[in-house]
Amino acid sequence: MTTLAANKPAYDGQTLDLTGKSGARAFRNTLATVLITLAFVLALIPLLWILWTVISKGYNLLFDAGWWGESQRGITVRREGGGAYHAIMGTLIMGLITALIAVPIAILGAIYLVEYGKGTRAAKVVSFMIDILTGVPSIVAALFVYAVWITVFGFNRVGFAVSLSLVLLMLPVVLRSTEEMLKLVPDELREASYALGVPKWKTILKVVVPTAFGGIVTGVMLGLARVMGETAPLLILVGYSKNINLNPFDGFMGALPTMINQDRTELALEPAADRVWAAALTLILLILALNLLARLIARFSTIKSK
Amino acid sequence: MTESGVEPGATAAPEPDRKLDLGPVGHLGDRLFGGLARGSGGLVVLIVAFVGVFLLALAIPALADDRSSFLFSRIWEPGGAEPRFGIAALFYTTVISSIIAMLIAVPIAIGVALFVTYYAPKRLAAPVAHAVDLLATVPSIIYGLWGILFFAPILRPVIDGLDGALGWIPVFEKPLGDNVGVVFTASVVLAIMILPVVTAISREIFQQTPIAHREGALALGATKWEMIRMAVLPYGRSGVVSASMLGLGRALGETVAVLIILSVPNGNDPWNPSIFAGGETFASKIANNAAEFDSPEKTGAYIAAGLVLFVVTFLVNSAARIIVDRSAPGGKRPRRNRSAGGAAAKEGAVA
Repeated sequence: MTTLAANKPAYDGQTLDLTGKSGARAFRNTLATVLITLAFVLALIPLLWILWTVISKGYNLLFDAGWWGESQRGITVRREGGGAYHAIMGTLIMGLITALIAVPIAILGAIYLVEYGKGTRAAKVVSFMIDILTGVPSIVAALFVYAVWITVFGFNRVGFAVSLSLVLLMLPVVLRSTEEMLKLVPDELREASYALGVPKWKTILKVVVPTAFGGIVTGVMLGLARVMGETAPLLILVGYSKNINLNPFDGFMGALPTMINQDRTELALEPAADRVWAAALTLILLILALNLLARLIARFSTIKSK
Repeated sequence: MTESGVEPGATAAPEPDRKLDLGPVGHLGDRLFGGLARGSGGLVVLIVAFVGVFLLALAIPALADDRSSFLFSRIWEPGGAEPRFGIAALFYTTVISSIIAMLIAVPIAIGVALFVTYYAPKRLAAPVAHAVDLLATVPSIIYGLWGILFFAPILRPVIDGLDGALGWIPVFEKPLGDNVGVVFTASVVLAIMILPVVTAISREIFQQTPIAHREGALALGATKWEMIRMAVLPYGRSGVVSASMLGLGRALGETVAVLIILSVPNGNDPWNPSIFAGGETFASKIANNAAEFDSPEKTGAYIAAGLVLFVVTFLVNSAARIIVDRSAPGGKRPRRNRSAGGAAAKEGAVA
């Protein structure tokens, strides 16, 4: 106590009078409570407003069987009808290809960081590069793929090019979350496996990865949810098609974000507006479903560290 | 190990002539799998290097042909025989919209994070946190649509008010007309979009404030707010700063929401620095003109702009990372705490 008391003069300006609750202090406390609660309410308003807008304007078409099974083929902005099948499939196909490319690299990369490269300079470089990749704006990722895929190689604008750019955005998300999960796996498990003479790679594949599996899947879902709503790569790397095209290597391809983008300038027309909001709601539901699934998996598969 | 036949009690000295035989050791598998893992790590490095090198390689020829100063010119005419393009206007709009977004989002995010960690009833805290995280899952194109159609009109009185009070400063001067697709509107929507990022990280940091700091303050009779001001905020300061930087990085690169909201000024209009005028950011400019990527010359100009955006976001994000690494709570050197929070706590102990 004496040493602390000796320090006192240095902080004289900050001395708090904590004897009794003066009116001013009580007032400041109440004010802070009010402001902090207000900040929270303020943050919730746009969320509820957006959800309300999208749901109230978009729910109608979702009950239409045609919405889930038909495309927009031959349907103009002034005409009702058609569905979002082409766009939903496009979003799913491009998302799936992205995941197929990004997930193995991400998981192996995380295994490298946690199991092989731990503490080495090379691992630090990799880790730093992942940080850079995390910050790459989607438009830059799209521009890069444009530069390689179209300008250098001379390929066409197709769905696969979009997937390539989405890989850049999904990779760091999945890699980081996998890394976190692998780090949570207790060392005792690894040591027990090594002690039984199991080689390192089998230990990783049969002990470490299965233990962290739930968390890895969660990361994959969150990564997928993140890239499915991206619009910028779609605008640059693939044209929007109203027809059903399930081939990511040939021709334009519909996707939910570009379906919204297609009709957003014609919102004065009712059929177009209906479709825009219904597509928006479909997209939100798709992403929300992935998120909820991820949360659910995470809840049931947390690693118990004693 | 029974097979080694060492008697219990005898020291288990390694016997070189009696090796454990565990069957095939699987060096090949290890080498293969380890190689794959290393390869993936290397691939990540290669990808990032490729992004930089390719963008640079395609931007350089265009930049060499640029007849105006790339960094300081506001003209954007990459077509034509004498291409002239500069990023000054794009840079201005990108940076000012992101900074305004930060000014709005950061205080609210701190409030929300404090609410979730220290004010909300225990049982509500988790669902409430998830609700804010939901904001991050709304795709940006929906933010853009909602922003321009529903949110922008309610900003009109705010714009008029700011124009009335501060209109003598060019930045706040409202041009004629009732355009709401302006930089200010884009900024507010950007603020909403980065709110969940900043909130999530701040929340995590605030939660980690050592319980001894908090209880110490409370035990001395501090009110809840005083406890937060003396213990929680100083402890979380660096975390909040880096969270804000990450939010800033997000705002700088946001494309579609800005693209939908911002009205592009007429080519003949004089440049207007006002936040109540339209404009274009790096990202919105590139996305807006995707159809123009028909000659290597023009594409090069847009790629050069993209490269600048890449560099700027890179700098901002690495700044955030450096701050986190240097002063993460529980990290090596929580320097700030000692000078601010720790001192206040000590001071309280004396009083």
